[in-house]
Amino acid sequence: MATPPVTSSAETSKAAPKTNRIGLQVLDYRGGKTTLCAGCGHNAISERIIDAFYEMGIQPERLMKLSGIGCSSKSPAYFMSRAHSFNSVHGRMPSIATGALLANHTMQALGVSGDGDTGSIGMGQFVHMLRRNLPIIYIIEDNGVYGLTKGQFSATADIGSKLKTGVINDLPAIDLCAMAIQLGATFVGRSFSGDKKQLLAMLKAAIAHNGTVVLDVISPCVTFNDHEGSTKSYKYMQEHEEAIAEIGFVPYFQEIDVEYDPGTTIDVKMHDGSHLRLRKLHEGFAPTDRVASVSALMAAHANDEVLTGVFYVDTAKPTFTELLNLVDEPLATLPDARVRPGKAVLEEVMQRLM
Amino acid sequence: MAAEQVARPVSSEGGPQTTIETNQQSARGNVVNDFSIQVATVNGSGSQSANLVLLRSIFRMGIPVSGKNLFPSNIAGLPTWYTIRASKDAYIARKKEIDVLIAMNPETWQEDMLSLPPGAVAIYEESANLQQLRGDVACYPVPFDKLTAAVCPEAKLRKLVKNMVYVGIAAHLLKMDMAAVEGALRKQFAKKVKAADLNWAAVQAGYEYASANFTKHDPFVLEPMNETAGKIIIDGNTAAALGCVFAGCTVAMWYPITPSSSLVEGFIDLAKRYRIEESGKSTFAVVQAEDELAAIGAVLGAGWAGARAMTATSGPGISLMAEFAGLGYYAELPGVIFDVQRTGPSTGLPTRNQQCDLLSVAFLSHGDTKHVMLIPGSVKECYEMAQTAFDLAEQLQTPVFVMSDLDLGMNNWMSEPFTYSDKPLNRGKVLSAEDLKRLGGFARYKDVDGDGVGYRTLPGTDHPLAAYFTRGTGHNEKAQYTERPDDYFNNMERLAKKFETARSLVPRPEVVQTGKAKIGVIAFGTSDFATRESRDQLRKEYRLETDYLRIRAYPFTSEIHDFIASHERVYVVEQNRDAQMLSLLKLDVKAEDVVRLRSIRHFNGLPIDARSITDDLVTQEGI
Ligand SMILES: Cc1ncc(C[n+]2csc(CCOP(=O)(O)OP(=O)(O)O)c2C)c(N)n1
Ligand code: SF4
Ligand SMILES: [Mg+2]
Repeated sequence: MATPPVTSSAETSKAAPKTNRIGLQVLDYRGGKTTLCAGCGHNAISERIIDAFYEMGIQPERLMKLSGIGCSSKSPAYFMSRAHSFNSVHGRMPSIATGALLANHTMQALGVSGDGDTGSIGMGQFVHMLRRNLPIIYIIEDNGVYGLTKGQFSATADIGSKLKTGVINDLPAIDLCAMAIQLGATFVGRSFSGDKKQLLAMLKAAIAHNGTVVLDVISPCVTFNDHEGSTKSYKYMQEHEEAIAEIGFVPYFQEIDVEYDPGTTIDVKMHDGSHLRLRKLHEGFAPTDRVASVSALMAAHANDEVLTGVFYVDTAKPTFTELLNLVDEPLATLPDARVRPGKAVLEEVMQRLM
Repeated sequence: MAAEQVARPVSSEGGPQTTIETNQQSARGNVVNDFSIQVATVNGSGSQSANLVLLRSIFRMGIPVSGKNLFPSNIAGLPTWYTIRASKDAYIARKKEIDVLIAMNPETWQEDMLSLPPGAVAIYEESANLQQLRGDVACYPVPFDKLTAAVCPEAKLRKLVKNMVYVGIAAHLLKMDMAAVEGALRKQFAKKVKAADLNWAAVQAGYEYASANFTKHDPFVLEPMNETAGKIIIDGNTAAALGCVFAGCTVAMWYPITPSSSLVEGFIDLAKRYRIEESGKSTFAVVQAEDELAAIGAVLGAGWAGARAMTATSGPGISLMAEFAGLGYYAELPGVIFDVQRTGPSTGLPTRNQQCDLLSVAFLSHGDTKHVMLIPGSVKECYEMAQTAFDLAEQLQTPVFVMSDLDLGMNNWMSEPFTYSDKPLNRGKVLSAEDLKRLGGFARYKDVDGDGVGYRTLPGTDHPLAAYFTRGTGHNEKAQYTERPDDYFNNMERLAKKFETARSLVPRPEVVQTGKAKIGVIAFGTSDFATRESRDQLRKEYRLETDYLRIRAYPFTSEIHDFIASHERVYVVEQNRDAQMLSLLKLDVKAEDVVRLRSIRHFNGLPIDARSITDDLVTQEGI
């Protein structure tokens, strides 16, 4: 992961520009100009992704960005242009990611999806990705509507929430975090695109995690779902967001200097040696207990709270690519001699068939 | 049907014989090495081992042989027929007429008996009294249960062992070489010596009963030949799996479906044996997917990231793969999809054969999408084309479909041994970090070489200009989003040019041509065997010479156009209702050549047979 950059694209400036631990500037993590609406929550999430990968010092070439279809799924074009990217078909990004990771299990993968892309058309692939604990950071940019098809309800819309047209949603919301915890994801959290600090800390911890990370990020759609009566608006979130714990993150390459109180704070040692510090703010916070985590989510729903934070972490469960016992190098680029048995093998098989 | 002129009796499929002529050769003496055996059993009764012993015994006697399993979509309790054809002339298509019936299934034995041609042989359970149904069939009743009980004290095993008794009966009646039978049986049970001994005892009990009680009164006998030495027996799915192993396939993701499952299962077996390194780690990943959407998605994702990836499926899976297939075409992603076709539409007859996915696969997905199809016509080609498919997929950066079918995939076929390819794997146009340093960048979809195929980079390539954005939306040469009319148009034109490049790279047809025949016959895949045999029938019985072309791939190469243009009438033989290959040809050939095309179709779920082709062709010719 910590390989030095090949070149820096901005070596021209005179005053030494600010760089990260691998010598890259924020600029090296930028993408194309966004075409999403001004004020769209998705843009804020792209910004945090840039910050997180920059601050973690991840070589952009070591990342694969994958997405489905939707406004949210367009956003990989707007960050980290130096990473290969694949904007696939609606709801089916998990399978693309699965194949890509089988081909090259040495890469990091970041999936960007929407609540429609994940919670409806993509539910089948989503749940099987969770079950496999595929090593990917899977972000759901959750606005409660289908932005790209102009504002129909999605399956995460809360019961009783109202569309601009006045239509009321009378079906219960699917809690994608509860589902992710139950089905096998090993890092599950919810955040809000407007909560810079929390989202950045969560993303950095996600980068340090090895396994399926599901981040359900409430991301208001300013065009179709930011009005009175929406439960995914900026205003609603400001009024109802309830953090389950305060997140502190100390990356492995930084000295740990802050003391913490083991009575109120849980320290999670991540796969890469980083530390996740979770200071309890809310009843029922038990991030290593699946049952307690799901029940905390259900209790919050009953109280009309939008619970945010890291709900569940398991750093021990093997990932899907680990279970497959693959050779260390990427399968994709193994030389002929390692993937094509010799002539004697064919002859042996032929003998058996005679 | 021109029944009067046909030397042999003709029956409607499966129905009782209408002519009363006895087997035409019986008067002249024995019928040697040229007849079919049908074993009628109940599925789940364990008859498969016995049938394979019969098949392999004949093979060991040096006689060309083929076997076909006609089985129901069910695990246990429904009728199953296994047909073995011994043919001194090496005809391996299904033979329409059954010459020797081994009737083990009470549910069907009456109907099985009634559908025999006169002069046939019937071996059956004594208590069934089938002799009263037909006076024109040579009957050999056998007390199976009594014979089985005598050699098999363990009641639980009798159901299985009983099958070996009919092997012994047949061995005696057909004058088989018992050393060959024992050899085949011991190979079948390999290391299980006790099971082999028990089953061998049952074979001997049958043999002895027949020699003590039967006087042979039928003409069918087997005599040793020397036509199978050095040959192998294998099914098409295992052959394709072997091709994948030697093609360096590293990723397989699949969802089980008959008749394709044994292809991936075969790959798993072979890869576990030959593709695990000394460290104990695998150079392959096989994943059972949640459905076919995920299977094809993973194949394309893996192809995008540079792996040789495959999936295997059948019609219903192909339908589910449609959207992704279009992404594969438009975003230009390599991948290999084996379609082991079965009878449609919908769930159709899931365990019966058909060549019925040609049209849906050729244009699978919406928009102007076209796919490359390879069409193996033998188990050897299943092996070879599996390898060709991976090369073409990476060379052309597109999904490649291998169109096998149930008959080829699941049945056992005799073949020349497969040959090893020393050619380096063709991994296509992939730029490395060093290439990028030298070139100073690249445009993913630019037609640099004039063949419509651009250069790509793989994720992980260590260069700041390596990455590009893959999408199913409109894109320009630099893979940037665009809705500009000229960008869209140029890109689609380039894809069309790439399809022309494919035309020059796919396997060329096999042509058998004298240059004198006015009539051409075109077939492909498993219609080949019956078509070859039919051409011999046409020559011998009607003095009708035909030229022959076997299609091996789509898009069609120039030989196919030339063949059609150079014959007055061209019959396209295929196993589907709607003449799908004919339709594809009509779209491709010159307008003035379309009128030359005729159609011969077979679609009752059974593999096509030569007699059906011959009858149809002579009727259309007005002979
Ligand atoms: C198979 C298919 N069906 C329908 C669509 C149309 N479609 C495009 S985006 C979208 C919904 C996207 O919603 P979401 O995932 O929530 O993303 P958002 O735009 O809200 O970010 C739909 C239904 C499609 N592209 N493909
Ligand atoms: S429509 Fe909504 S989701 Fe789409 S870009 Fe605009 S604000 Fe964002
Ligand atoms: Mg949405």
